[in-house]
Amino acid sequence: MISYIVRRLFFALPILIGVNVLTFTLFFVVNTPDDMARLQLGQKRVTEEAIQKWKADHGYDRPVLFNAEAVGAKKVTDTIFFAESVRLFAFKFGQSDSGRDISSDIRQRMWPSLAIAVPTLIVGLLINITFALTLAFFRATYIDLWGVILCVAMMSISGLFYIIGGQFLIGKLLNLVPISGFDVGLSGFKFICLPVIVSVIGGIGGGTRWYRTIFLEEMSKEYVKTARAKGLREPLVMFRHVLRNGLIPILTGVVVVLPMLFMGSLITEAFFGIPGLGSYTIDAIQRQDFAIVRSMVFLGSLLYIVGLILTDISYTVVDPRVRLS
Amino acid sequence: MQRARTAHRVSRPGTGVGWWQAHAPLVVAAILGWCLAACSSPWNSPYPADDERRNIFYDTFTERPKHLDPVSSYSENEAVFNAQIYEPLVQYDYLKRPYALAPLTAVATPTPAYYDAEGRRLGPEAPEADVARTVYRIEIQPGILYQPHPALARDAEGNYRYHALPPRIINSVSTLADFPETGTRELLAADYVYQIKRLVHPRVHSPVAGFMMKYIKGLPELAKTLSELELDAAGYIDLRHYPLDGVRLIDDYTFEIELTEKYPQFVYWLAMNFFAPVPWEADAFYRQAGMAEQNLTLDWYPLGTGPYMLTENNPNRRMVLTRNPNFRGEPYPSEGAPGDAAAGLLDDAGKPMPFIDEAHFLLEKEAIPAWNKFLQGYYDASGIVSDSFDQAIRFNASGDAGLTPQMQSKGIALKTSVTASVFYLGFNMADDVIGGDSDRARKLRQAVSIAIDFEEFISIFLNGRGVTAQGPLPPGIFGYRDGAAGVNPYVYDFIDGRYVRKSAEYARQLMAEAGYVDGRDVQTGEPLVLYFDTYSGGAGEKAVFDWYRKQFEKINVQLVIRGTDYNRFQEKMRNGTAQIYSWGWNADYPDPENFFFLLYGPNSKVISQGENASNYQNPEFDALFLKMRSMENGPGRQAVIDEMQLLVQEDAPWIWGYYPMAYSLYHDWYRNNKPNLMARNTLKYKRIDPELRAAQRAAWNEPVLWPIWLVLGLVALSLLPAIRTYRRAQRSAAR
Repeated sequence: MISYIVRRLFFALPILIGVNVLTFTLFFVVNTPDDMARLQLGQKRVTEEAIQKWKADHGYDRPVLFNAEAVGAKKVTDTIFFAESVRLFAFKFGQSDSGRDISSDIRQRMWPSLAIAVPTLIVGLLINITFALTLAFFRATYIDLWGVILCVAMMSISGLFYIIGGQFLIGKLLNLVPISGFDVGLSGFKFICLPVIVSVIGGIGGGTRWYRTIFLEEMSKEYVKTARAKGLREPLVMFRHVLRNGLIPILTGVVVVLPMLFMGSLITEAFFGIPGLGSYTIDAIQRQDFAIVRSMVFLGSLLYIVGLILTDISYTVVDPRVRLS
Repeated sequence: MQRARTAHRVSRPGTGVGWWQAHAPLVVAAILGWCLAACSSPWNSPYPADDERRNIFYDTFTERPKHLDPVSSYSENEAVFNAQIYEPLVQYDYLKRPYALAPLTAVATPTPAYYDAEGRRLGPEAPEADVARTVYRIEIQPGILYQPHPALARDAEGNYRYHALPPRIINSVSTLADFPETGTRELLAADYVYQIKRLVHPRVHSPVAGFMMKYIKGLPELAKTLSELELDAAGYIDLRHYPLDGVRLIDDYTFEIELTEKYPQFVYWLAMNFFAPVPWEADAFYRQAGMAEQNLTLDWYPLGTGPYMLTENNPNRRMVLTRNPNFRGEPYPSEGAPGDAAAGLLDDAGKPMPFIDEAHFLLEKEAIPAWNKFLQGYYDASGIVSDSFDQAIRFNASGDAGLTPQMQSKGIALKTSVTASVFYLGFNMADDVIGGDSDRARKLRQAVSIAIDFEEFISIFLNGRGVTAQGPLPPGIFGYRDGAAGVNPYVYDFIDGRYVRKSAEYARQLMAEAGYVDGRDVQTGEPLVLYFDTYSGGAGEKAVFDWYRKQFEKINVQLVIRGTDYNRFQEKMRNGTAQIYSWGWNADYPDPENFFFLLYGPNSKVISQGENASNYQNPEFDALFLKMRSMENGPGRQAVIDEMQLLVQEDAPWIWGYYPMAYSLYHDWYRNNKPNLMARNTLKYKRIDPELRAAQRAAWNEPVLWPIWLVLGLVALSLLPAIRTYRRAQRSAAR
């Protein structure tokens, strides 16, 4: 298995380089270094000299991709692309265009994202599985019918509605928890309640329907019929056989998103004032801070690849018949 | 097997159960204590229970400040913090109107001394051409101390404690609080001199460096000298060793600034953070190798003499200003404008400021949560976004804004003010169709100016929060005229004390005179198509653009919206390829020069990348501008301004648009509020009544629990049919 993981990591290199090239090209097509300088320096009274000075200080005074005036390897290495990209692979994200250390920012902001994402994932998983199992248990009854209708209705409602509605109902009308904000430690509990509740409720529709389908598929398999034929009671069939086997695709689906939990959620974090990574990239795009955009896209790609590898590994854990080679 | 495992769990009384029995009282007490502490404040309070009755001001910010280094900062959202921390030489009087400068750290408001080429002293009204140099001699007050800061900490021998730190130590700190010792020292004139040199520090990017190099003697030369230095990665330069010709230190409390020409508005710059003092120790401390990697920079952790100091800088969540223990206790103003005493604004006259112990600014990216928390009493003041406008404001029969009963019942107060800003539509005067000095183009611009009904725009898109502009000068700026004297005669008539927009019929007549009958060029027969260049093309803007199109249709002109991204739009403006655009300007200082310079020919964006975005060129206007900008306020200057207004009203390089109005809401526990559009250092004047606030919050935020029980009951009820269905299924299976 180790040789498989090493091989997959090597395969990741060209993907990461490709993503980096693409990000770099797209960003610089829209934003020239002059544009970035103007945005950082402000719009009032900025002179051309100030722009040139900013570019030189941030290393943006070099050619973007190819330095025709340089000699030898420097034609490639003495460019913005090379200088800014190579260090990413050593996880040296450097400083943002506004002077902040990006690694430090990421380390600081990933914890609030996790504080929301992890409980949302766990509670959401438990609730969705419970609901899905209940619907599967009462399949072809009015409970199943109305449950599915409710799920479809919940899936059709915008996530923004849950957020604003949740803030209005729980935070404003019932006065139970703060509408928005964040704190660390024990006092942070009251701040994560609402975003977690809202995120879980917002995900119930889709999650329950998906898991219900998985459970129904399991229930139609021969081993379930055999269990029933043996006279096993329906709850035992559901919990001992259907749930256990249905968890395999569910867990592998969860593993793939685990690394991405670090990246947070843009809308949830913005509305609840959570200082996580979700809004970090969007803020950087709005500020045309290329250093952050590049770092976050790189990190996102890497985490996605890690998630896929973890999924492969999780198959071998939950299903001994699968072997990685 | 299963049974055995269960038995094993139960048979361990000495571990889990025993521990619980021994510690249960403690655990229950801890939980109860935590609950009691939490319950002493409303459940939905976003603040710790201990802070409920503390003298803390709560406000929001929507975007993290980019720069807190006073030499780089040039944004409103940065001034909210910097202006409370740094103290320039002068400030705007908080209460008096019209806006006037008053000393802050200076002994008196600086006055310029003018000299001709032979060194003879000239009077204040001396023509600009005769003035060869201007000198400001400035004396500062003794005894002003800096905030406690590790950069100023010294050991017993008097050596700076943290100025030559080994990398090992620097790598182990992450915030300023990690430095256990702090120190202070007296503010000296040398600190102002040092800061002026920092304008051209090669590693600091000051937006006004280029502008100031035109005026301060020797600054370009210093910039050149510094740019040629070989710097290490940290970029430390001890600027004390690099002389600046135009800024001379006289003694510990006195220095001089020499300008190369007459520029009376320079004194307003002395009220801005670019000219706030920075001690050399700040650079020596922050520019040690490795500090920037730890995010320890002056751009992040300011060092000032003001009433507050930044004690928490987490712009991802919260910024905290705390009372500076070394602040000298500047007295609250004893004089104000008429009506201020009756409004209670002089109740604190002569008392030492600041009144508030801490100010917490919380990040609120979205308006709805911020608004709801204001209504719950968790923010002390609020603006009004469009979504909440109807909830907060209602207009009476005479059109005056007032509060809705819901706001009144909470004791909320409304203050409105016309901002020192102008929002306008500009014509590119370099454009072949709409620009130029011809009678045809002038009439075309005047017709468009009439057609665009900004009264309607203000009503539809701004909820009435604006005043239509008659020219570039907003109210409150010297030279602004109200009533008949201020009317733009090319767009409005003044009838019965009101500005009445000329009719669309008149505009069409002007169009015909310009050679466009029914919107068609009389010579070619082609329909006239004009282009509106913009960078905002989102769904929310569609209504605005549709409205603009309809306005142009009044004069049978087709309007094409050319949307692009912000960078390309800027590029179009710099290259002069835009045709019609929308733009705005916030005053830097309350002087007409700060608005008229937007139309001064040499400032053309195409020619000099200046602020004249319309590329307006009128030699007569330019001559008047040069004359006006060096005059003292008075009838003579007013007459020149009137002349300039008439010129630009006739030429119509802008459609004058509107002056936005600021609507602010305040809770009744938040006192000493008077809108001041120039001053940013206003926190020190404000007062909070924390007891009243705590009482109001408790009353407004009683938790409502019955819906929870109702929902739980409904869930339980909904399970009954499920249980019945299950039992029925079991029974049928058994059969």
